[in-house]
Amino acid sequence: MISGTVAQLVADLRAKRLSSVELTRALLARIDQAQARFNAFVTVDAEGALAQARAADAALAQGSAPPLAGVPIAHKDVIMTAGLRTTCGSRMLANFTAPYDAHVVTGLRNAGTVLVGKTNMDEFAMGSSSETSWFGPVRNPWNTDYVPGGSSGGSAVSVAARLVPAATGTDTGGSIRQPASLSGICGLKPTYGVCSRYGLIAFASSLDTPGMFARTAEDCGLLLNAMAGHDARDSTSLDRPREDYTRDLARPLAGLRIGLPKEYFGDGVDADVASAIETALAQFRKLGATTVPLALPNVKLSVPVYYVIAPAEASSNLSRFDGVRYGHRAAKYTDLLDMYRKTRAEGFGAEVKRRILVGTYVLSHGYYDAYYLKAQQVRRLIADDFARAYQACDVIMGPTAPSPAFKIGDKADDPVQMYLNDIFTVAGNLTGAPGISIPCGFDRRRLPIGLLIQSNHFAEAKLLNVAHQYQQATDWHTRAPAEVSA
Amino acid sequence: MALTLADVHRIAHLARIEIDAAAATDVHRKLEAIFAMINELQAVDTTGIVPMAHAQDVHLPLREDAVNETDQHALFQILAPAVQDGLYLVPKVIE
Repeated sequence: MISGTVAQLVADLRAKRLSSVELTRALLARIDQAQARFNAFVTVDAEGALAQARAADAALAQGSAPPLAGVPIAHKDVIMTAGLRTTCGSRMLANFTAPYDAHVVTGLRNAGTVLVGKTNMDEFAMGSSSETSWFGPVRNPWNTDYVPGGSSGGSAVSVAARLVPAATGTDTGGSIRQPASLSGICGLKPTYGVCSRYGLIAFASSLDTPGMFARTAEDCGLLLNAMAGHDARDSTSLDRPREDYTRDLARPLAGLRIGLPKEYFGDGVDADVASAIETALAQFRKLGATTVPLALPNVKLSVPVYYVIAPAEASSNLSRFDGVRYGHRAAKYTDLLDMYRKTRAEGFGAEVKRRILVGTYVLSHGYYDAYYLKAQQVRRLIADDFARAYQACDVIMGPTAPSPAFKIGDKADDPVQMYLNDIFTVAGNLTGAPGISIPCGFDRRRLPIGLLIQSNHFAEAKLLNVAHQYQQATDWHTRAPAEVSA
Repeated sequence: MALTLADVHRIAHLARIEIDAAAATDVHRKLEAIFAMINELQAVDTTGIVPMAHAQDVHLPLREDAVNETDQHALFQILAPAVQDGLYLVPKVIE
């Protein structure tokens, strides 16, 4: 029951082999036990979860249950949940109760899921390690001295440690795919615009993308079915026909063309990571795929482009936190300006302030063309590289992150080293195309390694097909941290 | 385009973030490293390249010009640090 996938749990709940109350109680007990070790949750809503579980059991008994009825999930704490505290991992919002649900929360509620709580994260989703939360760092269940990746580290850990079968996340530069890789699970970032951003606490609006973590590609598809869809409240939400993202799971991979960009296989990739990726590629060849060498000459510029565009958008989005309408307000100040300055100095952590300052600088008078406009031009060059690449291949593969998890504290004082963790994922945010990270091995310390599969826009069903076929032939996705099986 | 310590104080003021001298020095050191990375972009020839503001070339959709929001004023003001008579309270700005 604890290690059941979403698909298995749905089947068990429908066949009455299991009740949602029973399942939810068991997971709440695990969450309670695991909290001191992993710090994966900021808020647990046991009472609310059990009420939703009872309602799901009633609907299941009547035979009127929606597709994911009774399946417990967690939401990243950047995603607003009506009536439930939503902190964004920040002192600024430590006591903020969301007044409404995000679009993706409504979608998953309507699908019958049971919300057990809100997961810990890097403050305002800015980070690659989940160390910067006001509520303390999240720890990797494979080895608690190590980070789980970030920013959606709490969601990744809650799925890896079998506290929930699936959880939502958001991905602005790699914040779903990189923690999925470092925590040994699947994480899908859909195409920008497929899932509404309504109700996400905005970081960088042209890049923020809601998505999910689960243990199988199939489960990612089941969640995406509930999360996707047009929403008029987000002007960038795309109005496209509904699709079943699981429709192609069973399709054989014969003839699949896998692009291998040389930039993803060069210096700077850990040897154990490189070897796990090679083994995964050999498996795909066995499944009938062919590999095509590629060049993405501008992809190395993704990180510098990202660290202009994302902070620029963040500095603007985060200007709303001023201590007037919601959130933290400093206790002592002399006048209005002083209130803003002290409120923001106290309410934001160091990394958030750093990014606001970078963003303010690149947008300030005299620097806009040199930084912001330049970054947008290079963003176009990167997108053009990918568009050319997809003329020769169906998917692009490589490592999700250049190395497995690092120790807590190791990169905390070196922002540039931290930023380089996202070197393979950031381009997907700049272009808006989807990507999934799936487990494909372990390093010599038994820390997980993830394979990044990317595709052109709107090819989620293809990505899930490719990942699912790999998971039918291998068992990396079934491995659990030692203490989970204990 | 070297970023100076004076720039740090200037942008902290623009961003409405209080920063003391010791913190400014540390922030300056880290921002210098970040801008050293960002400045790699300056070497790229982008003559004639159309800036890409968005992941997709979306055009802003228009909706009917009709009232579709209900008054949620009371619900939202529960979240505010200080309110009175339905108004948000801030320090006096006019003597």
